[in-house]
Amino acid sequence: MAEAAPAEGLAAAAWLLIALPMAGAAVLLLAGRRADRWGHLLGCATVLAAFLLGVLITVDVAGLPERSAAVELFTFIATGSLDVRAGLLVDPLSLAFVLLITGVGSLIHVYSVGYMAHDPGRRRFFGYLNLFVAAMLLLVLGDSFVALYVGWEGVGLASYLLIAFWYRRPAAATAAKKAFIMNRVGDVGLALAIFVMFAQLGTTSFEGVFGSVEALAGGTLTALGLLLLLGACGKSGQFPLQSWLPDAMEGPTPVSALIHAATMVTAGVYLIARAAPIYDQTPTARAAVLAVGALTLMIGAIAGCAYDDIKKVLAWSTVSQIGYMFLAVGLGPVGYAAGLAHLLTHGFFKAGLFLGAGSVMHAMGDQVDMRRFGGLARKVPITFVTFGLGYLALIGFPFLSGYFTKDAIIEAALDRGDTWGLVLGGVAILGAGLTAFYMTRLMLLTFAGKARWTDDQHPHESPPVMTVPMILLAVGSVGAGFVLVSVAPLADWLEPVFGEPAEPEHVIAPALVAAVVTAVAAAGVVAAWLFVGRREVPLTAPARVSPVTRAARNALYADTVNESLFMRPGQWLTRALVWVDNRGVDGAVNGLAAAFGGSSSRLGRAQTGFVRTYALGMLGGAVVVAGALLAVTAG
Amino acid sequence: MTLTWYLVLAAILFTIGAAGVLVRRNAIVVFMCVELMLNSVNLTLVTFARATGTLDGQVMAFFVMVVAAAEVVVGLAIIMSIYRTRRSASVDDANLLKY
Repeated sequence: MAEAAPAEGLAAAAWLLIALPMAGAAVLLLAGRRADRWGHLLGCATVLAAFLLGVLITVDVAGLPERSAAVELFTFIATGSLDVRAGLLVDPLSLAFVLLITGVGSLIHVYSVGYMAHDPGRRRFFGYLNLFVAAMLLLVLGDSFVALYVGWEGVGLASYLLIAFWYRRPAAATAAKKAFIMNRVGDVGLALAIFVMFAQLGTTSFEGVFGSVEALAGGTLTALGLLLLLGACGKSGQFPLQSWLPDAMEGPTPVSALIHAATMVTAGVYLIARAAPIYDQTPTARAAVLAVGALTLMIGAIAGCAYDDIKKVLAWSTVSQIGYMFLAVGLGPVGYAAGLAHLLTHGFFKAGLFLGAGSVMHAMGDQVDMRRFGGLARKVPITFVTFGLGYLALIGFPFLSGYFTKDAIIEAALDRGDTWGLVLGGVAILGAGLTAFYMTRLMLLTFAGKARWTDDQHPHESPPVMTVPMILLAVGSVGAGFVLVSVAPLADWLEPVFGEPAEPEHVIAPALVAAVVTAVAAAGVVAAWLFVGRREVPLTAPARVSPVTRAARNALYADTVNESLFMRPGQWLTRALVWVDNRGVDGAVNGLAAAFGGSSSRLGRAQTGFVRTYALGMLGGAVVVAGALLAVTAG
Repeated sequence: MTLTWYLVLAAILFTIGAAGVLVRRNAIVVFMCVELMLNSVNLTLVTFARATGTLDGQVMAFFVMVVAAAEVVVGLAIIMSIYRTRRSASVDDANLLKY
């Protein structure tokens, strides 16, 4: 990694990127009802300002020879040998994320103005969203693992607050807790990785850690890589911590779009890409990343095929697509740029898809069951077109975003040239087919066929404040892939971070790969047409289904496994501990007290109140003392 | 002079006193028995003082008498007040101080 020069000019103001949304959040959350009237406008303004500033900084930094700048802020912790400085690292990788977060974030903020228009908690909503943007920017801009960790926990908090935004709904509150707890599992991994860095290297700054990775023992490096992977899995909803993400859809739809599709859940990919120098040294951890990516890709794609809740299908799709990104960054130098390009285009089209889903829900009175949709294409034409473009981008329709970036990942996997490369590439191609299947199913159920609405529904198109962001994201879904792969290749832009992009040695000709992927995706589309589009759609999910479908409906029993492996034993353990506490610890203390109390009340009976009893006692005592004295003196 | 007679007398007096304290119920009698025990001790003290030819025992006997006089004053006052409240001088009737 190139050494970053101290920032000058605009880059030195990078802290404003974080400070702006943070100030917005502070004002919105502290001002109370006074800010209800203009709160949403302030929320949009801060993020838009951050976006403009981000663009200016990007232009500014692009002109620097190393395309990166370090911003020293202040000393965070300084005690003895422990010296943690808070600083920002403005480099191509963080700038790519800054533009994604603030750009897509601004659009989603604008959309939320319309989506949350009738919600009494709109100001609070924008406060949380701003808090999220600030924390996410800190996560990607921090120049040390500690700074990253602060942002990491910040986005976890914002995610929790926003999933539970409608906290009066038990499902939302439960989903928020589930997300928070499963994230904690991952965060423990990240925290342990940071502890290892402190213990072994005495520093957590990217520069310091990556500069001395080669001095570390192989085992330590592998442990670091696996711990970071655990953290990434928690945040990004990857196996084995994937099951919180679909439940997180209980939050408002803009939240699903911004946090649980476009930005926060990709933080894991960022972490692994950022820690590339560590993974470069440890093939074991890198293989684990690959395995997690490939496995999650399939889990997400399979589960996505069976759900009827439009947002949950999209959530499983997100899980699956992030699996692709993990697969890509797990491939090493050949995959980083491909994975990050997919991350960026996915940010566009998945955010667009979620906003489209939100628009559909808006039209249908918050209905999410796709079996109750149907025939919406004519009623919500703008939503249909923008959603359709996002759909085509996601399934890899030729020359749209997903086509370029997903193919790049599959090619990179196949280019490994060995058996594993073939396996991974095959899994990725199969995943592309499943993606095409479940997304086509979603499209057919929602927009095509006969209307299956409940009687009181009168679908209507959303207001422009919602449709304009959707249109802009659709444009991004169409064009971003081409731009990032051909016009202004992301690989070249990221060169200061990951080094000169290697000239790929293709084992299988890219044209052939593209043809195969497209053919498989087309097969998925046709299959969806055969299974869903051609038939009458039942209003309730059929009960008599194959075991595979049942497994997919239950998300491959991930929750069941978690419950029986971790939750139940945990409950038993707590119950046993409560019993030990009540009976053992409390029992000993209470028993001792009761023994003293009982014996003293029995001894108290000796106090008869009769003077002669006492006198006899005294006489007896005197006799005993005298006898003892005699015995001692005589003896 | 032999110590034996004096000491035996003192022991007999002490035993009578102790037995009286333990078995009698009338507070006045119990009180007199206590006095008897004190005086038996005085007799022992004086006897040994005489036998050893020193004054220590006699001085001690004086102290005992003074304390006994003071004790009689307080004790009789207590007995009087008990008698006034309970119309009885029996030590068994003053038995509130218990568990």
